[in-house]
Amino acid sequence: MSAAVVKHSKDRILLSVIGYTLLAILAFLCVVPFLLILSSSLTDENTIRMEGYKLFPTVFSTEAYKLLFEYPEAMIRAYGVTLMVTIIGTAVGLFLTAMSAYVLCRKDFKWRNQFTFYFFFTTLFSGGLVPWYLLITNYLQWKDTLTVLIVPSLMSVFYMIVMRTFMAGIPEAITESAKIDGAGDFRIFMQLIIPLSKPALATIGLFTALRYWNDWYMALLFISKEDLEPLQYYLYKMLGNMEGLRTAMLGSGAGVSIDIPGESLKMAMTVVACGPILFAYPFIQKYFVQGLTVGAVKG
Amino acid sequence: MSERRHRFWHDVVKYRTLLLMLAPAVLLFFLFSYIPMSGIVIAFKRFDYVGGVFGSPWVGLDNFKFFFESGDAWRVTRNTVLYNLGFIILGNLLPMITAILLFEVGGKWFRKLTQSMLFLPYFISWVVVGSIAYNFFSYEVGTINGLLTWIGMDPIDIYNTPAYWPVILLVVNTWKTLGYGTVMYLAAITSIDKEMYEAAEMDGANVFQRILHVTVPNLYPTLIILVLLAIGNIFQGDFGMFYNMIGNNGLLFSSTDVIDTFVFRLLIGSNEIGMSAAAGVYQSVLGFVTILLANYAVRKYDKERALF
Repeated sequence: MSAAVVKHSKDRILLSVIGYTLLAILAFLCVVPFLLILSSSLTDENTIRMEGYKLFPTVFSTEAYKLLFEYPEAMIRAYGVTLMVTIIGTAVGLFLTAMSAYVLCRKDFKWRNQFTFYFFFTTLFSGGLVPWYLLITNYLQWKDTLTVLIVPSLMSVFYMIVMRTFMAGIPEAITESAKIDGAGDFRIFMQLIIPLSKPALATIGLFTALRYWNDWYMALLFISKEDLEPLQYYLYKMLGNMEGLRTAMLGSGAGVSIDIPGESLKMAMTVVACGPILFAYPFIQKYFVQGLTVGAVKG
Repeated sequence: MSERRHRFWHDVVKYRTLLLMLAPAVLLFFLFSYIPMSGIVIAFKRFDYVGGVFGSPWVGLDNFKFFFESGDAWRVTRNTVLYNLGFIILGNLLPMITAILLFEVGGKWFRKLTQSMLFLPYFISWVVVGSIAYNFFSYEVGTINGLLTWIGMDPIDIYNTPAYWPVILLVVNTWKTLGYGTVMYLAAITSIDKEMYEAAEMDGANVFQRILHVTVPNLYPTLIILVLLAIGNIFQGDFGMFYNMIGNNGLLFSSTDVIDTFVFRLLIGSNEIGMSAAAGVYQSVLGFVTILLANYAVRKYDKERALF
């Protein structure tokens, strides 16, 4: 920034050398694992078994991807579950978060502090995993339902607070005049607050969507039916289980003697599972940066 | 009394729309946060599915006694705290240095590209990280053993050697959170008053002196807040990371088992529901106390930044 002071003194040159070197190394280290899985997924299986995974494919092969696209049912099913959960969860979660944040930012709402505390307290203390797990499995009986993948993760107190902080910055004069015109609270929220909160909605929406997309934990706890397995959980299962990999690929009827390119297939599946995020990344990154900066002001 | 009750109902009617708008959130948190709090009683019971949460027989403090006497309590608590301490130190130091360097060197283009690359690991799931770890550490086909063999050394059995894992987990966690931390510190650096830099340069400070005496002290508030908040969560292990890196590999538990993975295994793997609940309550209470202390410390330091 202070490069405005154009000065090529010794200390500045030294700092540049250190800075460029260290940053380049760190940035490289952050990205190289992705190149490694991509390269591994494109390497011939026998070569992997003999020489191990490598940063550059010595013997190039698309065998793993061919197999993946030849028997795509399981992968498509997992993608479908994840897409559905992400879309519904993000839409409903975002709406509820915005609506409650709006109520909590209304200074004329009498029980504003009490309700804020009601939500906030849940971040300080919890009953732990066991009671929560038993509630969902034994009392709600939500095991093996889409509901369990969506509903318990709908809202987060942190997003609510970030959203409330943003909405508190909307000038009251805007809503005052609508009130005088006789608009109700819900209409003010829908027609004035939502359009004015677009930047915050975009950020929180993307955070929520990312959380749903990357979720595997709810499935680990509550899903045992294959057709309800979301993408990340499906990947998790396949990574740990070569037999399952074979069955998923070829169907249970296939003879055990058929060899599948397991090591490259694992990596190909990983690439396919994080592909959409990596593609969307350049476009969505700035919203995340914005969101973190807002959250940092008042965590 | 009736005057006050009358007033209350009057207010309910007055704020009916706002209350209705808040109702779904209130219900969600009641269902998934407050009702489970009452389930803490399981920690003092021998749970059976017939009796359920409230009908199972009481066993007093037996579950806690087993948890502490087995030595598990000490092992998982020590691991959780030590890992988190490591994550806090490295997870603040490196992002701070990175943010300072990003701010000082390079043009807009370099800065943007570097920041994007650093932030990338934040966006992938722990499952994908687990797959990457397999790619590196597998005994037969792992990249690391490939390199070791190539330079003429013997391959190492990483997945069966507990001693490697503290370092590995420290590196992996830092790798995944570096971009996030850098964004935080970069935001703090950007808000430093430019006049302070100019004053330092007027005084003849070289660029390193300026960083050390102007930039770094200005980052202390951010550092202290982030560290205190992290200390408030020092008894919470990151389940996603530990479970996807280690899984149920018992050989590594001595150096990698944290409270969260322990609680999970007792509940899902061995069906020891009472003891699992007891470990969970132990964690919740410790966490509650530390977060109160941490918040008290933040309050002392900077009232504005306190959580409550």
